[in-house]
Amino acid sequence: MSELPTPSLPQESGLPPLDAEGLLKLYREMVLIRRVEELAAKAYTMRKILGFCHLYIGQESVAVGAASATPDDYWIAAYREHGHALAKGVSANAVMAELFGKATGTSLGLGGSMHIFDKDAKFMGGYGIVGGHVPLANGVGWAIKQRNEGRVCLCYFGDGAAHQGAFFEALCLAQLWKLPVVFICENNFYAMGTSIDRQSHLTDMSLRANGVGMAREQLRGFDVEHVRERVGAAAKFAREGNGPVMLEIITYRHRGHSMSDPAKYRPKGELEEYKLNSEPLALTKRRLEQDFGVSAERIAAVHQEVEAVAEEAWNFAESSPDPDPATLYDHVYAE
Amino acid sequence: MALIPIREALRAAMREEMQRDPSVFLMGEEVAQYDGAYKVSQGMLAEFGPDRIVDTPISECGFAGLGIGAAMVGMRPIIEFMTWNFSLVAYDQIVNSAAKIYQMSGGQYKVPIVFRGPNGAAENLASQHSTSVESLYAHFPGLKVVTYATAYDAKGLLKSAIRDDSPVCFLESEMTYGMKGEVPDEEYLIPIGKADIKAEGSDVTLVTWGKQVFTCQAAVETLKSQGVSAELLDLRTIRPLDREALFNSVAKTGRCVVVQEGYPFSGVGAEIVAQLQEHCFDLLDAPVLRITNRDVPQPYATNLEKLVMPSAERVVTAARRVLGLER
Ligand SMILES: Cc1ncc(C[n+]2csc(CCOP(=O)(O)OP(=O)(O)O)c2C)c(N)n1
Ligand SMILES: [Mg+2]
Repeated sequence: MSELPTPSLPQESGLPPLDAEGLLKLYREMVLIRRVEELAAKAYTMRKILGFCHLYIGQESVAVGAASATPDDYWIAAYREHGHALAKGVSANAVMAELFGKATGTSLGLGGSMHIFDKDAKFMGGYGIVGGHVPLANGVGWAIKQRNEGRVCLCYFGDGAAHQGAFFEALCLAQLWKLPVVFICENNFYAMGTSIDRQSHLTDMSLRANGVGMAREQLRGFDVEHVRERVGAAAKFAREGNGPVMLEIITYRHRGHSMSDPAKYRPKGELEEYKLNSEPLALTKRRLEQDFGVSAERIAAVHQEVEAVAEEAWNFAESSPDPDPATLYDHVYAE
Repeated sequence: MALIPIREALRAAMREEMQRDPSVFLMGEEVAQYDGAYKVSQGMLAEFGPDRIVDTPISECGFAGLGIGAAMVGMRPIIEFMTWNFSLVAYDQIVNSAAKIYQMSGGQYKVPIVFRGPNGAAENLASQHSTSVESLYAHFPGLKVVTYATAYDAKGLLKSAIRDDSPVCFLESEMTYGMKGEVPDEEYLIPIGKADIKAEGSDVTLVTWGKQVFTCQAAVETLKSQGVSAELLDLRTIRPLDREALFNSVAKTGRCVVVQEGYPFSGVGAEIVAQLQEHCFDLLDAPVLRITNRDVPQPYATNLEKLVMPSAERVVTAARRVLGLER
């Protein structure tokens, strides 16, 4: 029997530990995602947002923790990407305007909820075909490597996406060429209504990496500091030229798959259990209060400030113009 | 007769065929426990059990290929794509295997399989979720491409597709699953390859298929109010094309507008225009026009999407142009 030639990740990310202010900042970002999406849900029921709309509520700690470890790196994600975009620094105004289909949106109202892009933030999009974007991350990794950029590419996808051919092929190439890519499978236990045990014999998607000899790790993603630390370690490993990493980050979505899914397939009590014990915002709030001595007033002030930002995003989206019909044929071919 | 929504007509077709033939099974994402993403297969898991109503992971290439292999050894799979957009990750299986195996094996291996699911744009789903695939599949000899507008046609055609010994791409629409129509209580089949005149007329032929039949019906009404008698020909099968019905209608009217979703360039409409000019040149009194999606990836914003899709107004204008009533 041959041994798995699988390298292991460093124990430490090398990132400086967060102080109260640092953690409060991450808390603020999680609250911002939560509030922007709660408003998006409201706008959807008012038919201001149309089509598909997949909420990230419950998973915020993953994107926010990862963003604080990779501020200047490239990200690419699937269609549940409002939270990733906001965490990566895309403006709430532009995200909301995109959801509203307005000319001021991140993608000029052409992409909508599933296709948020922001080149300045190195946010390379949201994609709608499950698994379809995963190979693109390798191309980004290839360019990073050729140009010695010292960056990495973080590629987000779901547990369901880890069943696509494109995903498997991408793992093969990434490891063969030791590309600086961190594959992040956000395992929220469901692909639409199909629970993980009904779609896969193995339920830890990071084990997929063993087939190509890639470094891997499974971690729980509800604690934003822990996510920061382990994504930081993975990014350090990839950045230093050791090749790609596959992380499975365990998380949980509180809402249905999309706005039209009542999510009746969950076992009774499951959602309540996650909300009680694995709610990322509540966990961080408790840590701020208990371990960092941050006052309730300070936390309330964060909520107040975020509320203003989220409401401003709504107003901005609402008052922005529709795309100009004269622009219909713009952007089909590059100029 | 019963007045039922299209999703129930499709379900009835699958249930009847599964009851009469144990080799038929349904496989796809969310078809069993979730009752189908669009509830087409509702209740079928309870009736037929998990060996015949099979939930899959998100592995279209894998389960489309599985279906083809099973068909080669005598089963009759119905492979559901949650939407046809996702069939593109299985395109190689359908095009290079399903379409070609019968011929390249010298007729030894038939591939009696149905690939089905919703096709074309719904609303506000943006570019990756709004593709019309008919031209992508109709391009290949070996594949049949079938679609419908009404509940009656949906049921009769799907039953024929399941019984067909060749691979059939069966194109549905999530926009019309809830649309009701009369369906006979007794069993019936509608042959593949036969178009249907949905409205008789004498001045101009509107050729279309799928949910654009409804766009054209609205156009027929408007034209009628303007004193124009339009014939509405619903192809129902795109390949094999019912050339006889097409040519007969154009022989009668001498003018034609093809209305299709999807892009004009290399679209099915282009094929119909080519057939008409080859075979009906002397019968035509005007060039054949096409109304299609505008030649641009589907935008999300509602105002742009409305501009992109075929509309009754655009069809009316085209009909008036081929009649010389408008320039
Ligand atoms: C190739 C493909 N097949 C099917 C779909 C329909 N679909 C959209 S999301 C989804 C579930 C994906 O689940 P997962 O990857 O776990 O991501 P999550 O939604 O949990 O974030 C499915 C089946 C699709 N968009 N693309
Ligand atoms: Mg999932």
